[in-house]
Amino acid sequence: MTSLLSDERQADELPDDDSHPLLPSPAGQLTRRAFLAESGTTGIAGILASAPMAASVASAAPADADAAPPSSMALALRVNGKPHALQVDPRTTLLDLLREQMALPGTKKGCDHGQCGACTVLVNGRRINSCLALALSHDGAEITTIEGLARGNELHPMQAAFIKHDGFQCGYCTSGQICSAVGMLREAEQGVPSHVTADVRRTGPVAQLSDAEIRERMSGNICRCGAYPGIVAAVREVSLAMPRSANSRRSRA
Amino acid sequence: MKPFAFTRPTDVDTAVQAATQPGARFLAGGTNIVDLMKEGVEAPDQLVDINRLPLAAIEAQPAGGLRLGALARNSDTANHPLLRTRYPLVAQAILAGASGQLRNAATNGGNLRQRTRCPYFYDVTQPCNKRAPGTGCSALQGFNRNHAVLGTSAKCIASYPGDMAQALHALDAVVQLQGPSGRRTIPIAQFHRLPGDTPELDANLAPGELITAIDLPAESARFAQRSHYLKVRDRASYAFALVSVAAALDMEGSRIRQARICLGGVAHMPWRAREAEALLQGAEPGTPLFRRAAEAALAGATGFEHNRFKIELAKRSIVRALETTTRSTA
Repeated sequence: MTSLLSDERQADELPDDDSHPLLPSPAGQLTRRAFLAESGTTGIAGILASAPMAASVASAAPADADAAPPSSMALALRVNGKPHALQVDPRTTLLDLLREQMALPGTKKGCDHGQCGACTVLVNGRRINSCLALALSHDGAEITTIEGLARGNELHPMQAAFIKHDGFQCGYCTSGQICSAVGMLREAEQGVPSHVTADVRRTGPVAQLSDAEIRERMSGNICRCGAYPGIVAAVREVSLAMPRSANSRRSRA
Repeated sequence: MKPFAFTRPTDVDTAVQAATQPGARFLAGGTNIVDLMKEGVEAPDQLVDINRLPLAAIEAQPAGGLRLGALARNSDTANHPLLRTRYPLVAQAILAGASGQLRNAATNGGNLRQRTRCPYFYDVTQPCNKRAPGTGCSALQGFNRNHAVLGTSAKCIASYPGDMAQALHALDAVVQLQGPSGRRTIPIAQFHRLPGDTPELDANLAPGELITAIDLPAESARFAQRSHYLKVRDRASYAFALVSVAAALDMEGSRIRQARICLGGVAHMPWRAREAEALLQGAEPGTPLFRRAAEAALAGATGFEHNRFKIELAKRSIVRALETTTRSTA
């Protein structure tokens, strides 16, 4: 089967500016992040990247050196196809590691408590909330963030579908929505049932996802702009276009 | 977040030994404890990351049961063919909880150990006997809409937040434990606790004791034809239960041979409604009978200012769940 993910992509194929969740930025064009930084605008992204939070994440130095546990430990990760050897404070979440230490701010910090889904990334192909994942727990893992979905200037089909169907308004939840949708379709391919599945006893491939199934399976991603109709339409379109793999056609019951 | 030592043992003995030290906590999926650490509710000196322990398998047992490894992820458990066909109630309950992302991270052992979402437990500026024994219960006179109506004490009215455990209690699951003094096996009914005078204890576990597996007995597969997990909540998905009902029937001709009912969201632990089960046994199913069973299940309930609605809601939910169960077919 063709992987939807870009695990095997080479680093030099990555877009130069990986800060935008949707559009690769043509060279020389001003990016949203650069604009915010230069203009001093304190939009949501500005507030979230502000100094106090970064300090609370990074300051490991405890007063009592005798009782102090090690302030950093080694961690190896592959992120968007590229290996990284890192030193992290054990308290660092995967979300803060990506945003603060690895300059990958496409993954968003919404609630920071696993209640909104803005921080969704793919770990070894599975979607999780990176805000509740301690980075050290994922030593050796393959992480795919929104920055790793496009192939060069070619958008991932889910990114293109979100644009086509207006699956966002402010865009803050969008990278989490898209990563979640990519992980969700892979789950459906693997036959994972959901709360609205009529009979969980019937194992095997999931037939075409109904809108109710898409809504339920995407319920871990909150959109405060209420762009849900567009999100459902985008996910539905990609789901319908996906080739059913030989593996998923075979009944496992 | 307070600094902590981080260890990653690869065998159970080492993990248990490490966790026996004061201030140590196990870390599995992290979906609850990391959140509690961010809030300052938990401030461990040491996190024992158990994700490298070989406890993730889901295996059929020689005697016919199914063993769920403590570290099997909730999503993998809910999608396991043997669980789905023999114990669909457990799959349904897991799928009713949290979100796809959280179920991918959360483990079976961690699910049993998740802590209440009582807002006063989470707010370190408020008195809470569960978080800080002896400080009082803020929920008694506070915002207690999501709290317990059964088995409460003057010290604590928190409710158990999970879903999977209701199904496990209904199906008489058995918890495998390993601690500093060896291995033991306890029925899940003896695993979770009511608050009593010690609401700080959620479960009957010794310091350092680790859940290694959860066993579903072969006999409980007889409920596979007729079981249903009903979850009533403020929104359609991704919310904790106001009331939930794990219901299962084993029929013999037109009569109920055995019934199982376990309630969620109404007590400090999954609440087996054994009086209701006794009423149903040997009877022919029907709505009037289900209503009598529901009345029996909630006979001892006491509501508080904001959660009295739960008593009638639980009764109606029991009736609905049983009705759905009788409509289930092979």
